[in-house]
Amino acid sequence: MTMVETPMQRERAQTIYEKSKPGRRAAVLPDAGVPATPLEELIPAKLLRSEPPALPEIAEPEIVRHYNRLSRRNFDLDTGFYPLGSCTMKHNPRLNERVAALPGHARLHPAQDPRRAQGALELMWLLQESLAEICGLPHVSLQPSAGSHGELAGLLLTRAYHADRGEVRHKVLAPDTSHGTNPASVAMAGYDVIKVATDERGGVEMDDLRAKLAANPDDVACLMLTNPNTLGLFDENIGEIARLIHAAGGTLYYDGANLNAVMGHSRPGDMGFDIVHVNLHKSFSQPHGGGGPGAGPIAVSERIEPYLPRPQVVRREGSNGHRPRFDLDFERPKSIGRLRGFQGNFGVFVRSYAYILSLGADGLAEASETAVLNANYLKARLAEGRAGERLPVAFDRHCMHEFVLSGKPMKRELGLATLDLAKRLLDFGFHPPTVYFPLLVDEALMIEPTETETKESLDAFADAVERILAEAESDPEVAKSAPYTTPVRRLDEVRATRRPVVRQPLADAADG
Amino acid sequence: MSRYTSATPDDRAEMLAAIGVDSVAELFAQIPAELRLDHELRLPAGKSEAEVYELLAALAERNADAESEVSFLGAGMYDHYVPAIVDAITGRSEFLTPYTPYQPEISQGGLQVMFEFQTAMSELTGLPVSNAGLYEGPSSVASAGYLAIGATGRRRFVVSRGLHPHSRETLATYSRGFGAEVVEVGLEGGLTDAAALAAAVDGETAAVILQSPNFLGSVEDVEALGAAAKEHGALLVVACDPMTLGVLKPPGACGADIALGEGQPLGNRLDFGGPSFGFFCATEEQIRRMPGRIAGETEDVDGRRGFVLALQTREQHIRREKATNNICTAQALNALGAMVHLAWLGREGFRELGELLVRRTAYARERLAAVEGISLLHEAPVAREFALRLEAPVGAVLDRVAERGIAAGYPLGHEYPEYEDGLLVAITERRSAQQIDALAEALCAAIAAENGAFLSHSEKNAPEEVAR
Repeated sequence: MTMVETPMQRERAQTIYEKSKPGRRAAVLPDAGVPATPLEELIPAKLLRSEPPALPEIAEPEIVRHYNRLSRRNFDLDTGFYPLGSCTMKHNPRLNERVAALPGHARLHPAQDPRRAQGALELMWLLQESLAEICGLPHVSLQPSAGSHGELAGLLLTRAYHADRGEVRHKVLAPDTSHGTNPASVAMAGYDVIKVATDERGGVEMDDLRAKLAANPDDVACLMLTNPNTLGLFDENIGEIARLIHAAGGTLYYDGANLNAVMGHSRPGDMGFDIVHVNLHKSFSQPHGGGGPGAGPIAVSERIEPYLPRPQVVRREGSNGHRPRFDLDFERPKSIGRLRGFQGNFGVFVRSYAYILSLGADGLAEASETAVLNANYLKARLAEGRAGERLPVAFDRHCMHEFVLSGKPMKRELGLATLDLAKRLLDFGFHPPTVYFPLLVDEALMIEPTETETKESLDAFADAVERILAEAESDPEVAKSAPYTTPVRRLDEVRATRRPVVRQPLADAADG
Repeated sequence: MSRYTSATPDDRAEMLAAIGVDSVAELFAQIPAELRLDHELRLPAGKSEAEVYELLAALAERNADAESEVSFLGAGMYDHYVPAIVDAITGRSEFLTPYTPYQPEISQGGLQVMFEFQTAMSELTGLPVSNAGLYEGPSSVASAGYLAIGATGRRRFVVSRGLHPHSRETLATYSRGFGAEVVEVGLEGGLTDAAALAAAVDGETAAVILQSPNFLGSVEDVEALGAAAKEHGALLVVACDPMTLGVLKPPGACGADIALGEGQPLGNRLDFGGPSFGFFCATEEQIRRMPGRIAGETEDVDGRRGFVLALQTREQHIRREKATNNICTAQALNALGAMVHLAWLGREGFRELGELLVRRTAYARERLAAVEGISLLHEAPVAREFALRLEAPVGAVLDRVAERGIAAGYPLGHEYPEYEDGLLVAITERRSAQQIDALAEALCAAIAAENGAFLSHSEKNAPEEVAR
């Protein structure tokens, strides 16, 4: 394949430090308006720095141009289909950005006296109530900053719950399909993780679960589960799983990564879960920001409530017809304590609450319904033609909001790895699905279209996969060397780990 | 009413036919009947965009924000001026709406921003390695604790009482999971008690954790305090305020193994506490133990310069329970805001801003300490925040000053019972000398009124004063 450099490829990456020139600047600061006392008279010289940090020297127009040009080297959800499994790349409504930017939200200091932050505390309380209803559990803490933070919170809550009952437990069970954060959180919370096998229908292998419980009497603290699981399948045995875990004295933890499948249709609390984290950046439309910010509130059952993080937003009823007051409750003697500073990612709460208000009970249920419809439709489309042969679905039953294909036959018959297919999709203008996860499926592709995609997008994606497979039948090398049209082509990731260069060497920058 | 979906009745019919079912309900049949919700969620029905805007604007109205009052609140988050280009750039779809850059070929923008950000934070802190960002400040301290356990095999942290109370409490929360112990060292004259610190550190200490400027605003002699850590092979962890690093000696030059902190002052809004980001820098020695994402420079197959997520073998999606941390977010959008703000300030502007903060703070400290009924809580050097003692109940004084549209500062009594009469006052470039004068007058009047009211209350037992 002959290659012509695209304009963006021709434009070699140049950092802002390489555009710096002494004497240029953007900021004009206000006059101090106070005496220009030498700094050494105010702070001992030995505590002062001799040279300022080597930040770039560059005027505003060039800063704007630099970051605008950089932005064009990103693919984003507003530009195209982004079927990244378990990430719920749904539309990010701009209304939410607008209301989050109102000065009453954006410029509210977190240490403001609660009596002068009643609107913010009421909003947090309303969001807590909404999430409690959606999860089917009575109490919510908004504090965790992300899903992984919610997991850690859940495990520390479990530890506190058992400690309060005079029990010490060491093991946490998680299916072999679980997200990598689950075992990582388990280790940080001081537990050992035990894997539970998956059965031929994609659910928890019940005999294995019973065996692991029996092998660790009074030592299993918790089972962490995603339902629907990372295969996009609802575990029909969840009732029995909950009974087994509770009988063994453990807590049942719900990783809310896949909540988008069941909003208004089924609730983790009703399934028997004790602790749930909700990814506001997945189901509740907070933009992902290229890797944050998000938020991972947790909803819990009555027996876990005493241990929730501090402070907790509470509503105190007004007397004599006065309106209720909202407050931060620090008097929680059994609390696990703080997980972070202040009250949590409030800006995310504003956006997610705006989203919940926009959709309402009816809209949330419809969103999940359409997410499931879209996933099953795309699964059906990909069961046709070449994809159906080369990329069989890992577990052949109706899925919920996502599904997993295996690229094993494609690799065996065409020599094309899942990675190659993913890279070739870039040339077709699609973000690839999640690849090589879950681990138990060979050459996995995990596809989550979300409810905000049109049938036309789904068709176009299925058509692109078909074309890539057809192309590979005649010349597999095309996909194996893809992509061709992106700002850079395949990158040497091994080098970046073996000999990491993680900052600009600035002595060179001055010359460059 | 999901206005963000597109499936028409015809679309639905075609899609159901392709799937081979008659209704969406059949797809949900995999959920056991007893677990299917038989009613709508008890939430209001969906609303129009205009209605949602009005509801949220009405809530926002009921907050006293830094636009509607003059705020001297700090305690870890500060009302700095965020330049307009930060909003313009962070609001771009290409930065706002992508996921973590798992596909580097189509994520070069975000990855290069991370690389530039890491360079900037490395410059600020004087340490060679920076990650791309963590959740926020206090939980970054806990992550440093986890790293220190891995690096030393020890499980005891010695922390200064000058470390932000939220950081100390967060570290304590995490430490129950780590199986680690937290030992606290007190303050003397606004600074960490050096003798007590030296006595507390021993061969079992994984890390000594300090903050400079500390919670009371004092600039600590990190180098001198850190000697105890060096002597016993413990890591020296320093939490710092990035906005002071244009003038203060960087932690890396003071012997810190890890420098970290709350990133909000750089290009991020107050947002009632978040989202912001935490920064985390370390020595080369710790690079493979770092938490979070790190971007690295590399080349593509044609030799073009490019960037990828480096050292992913530390991370949860590969290493699972052996990961260096469970964190996956980099707060990338918040870190972008910081990078744009830093580029806007530039080398000279960043230093000038630091100098402005130090000088205005010195002015404010002197001006307020001269007020009748106010004295300094300590006389240690300060950079951008300082602590006072009031000779009147702090809460009542704050309420009186608030009536004049001023948030006078942060009452220390909540977190430090020993400073029940303490008030922490923060300065930014948005707080002019005139506003500082107005604060002095308001505090003067409030203290006088409060003491007068207390006298008259003792005489008359006035009920409206009792209400406080």
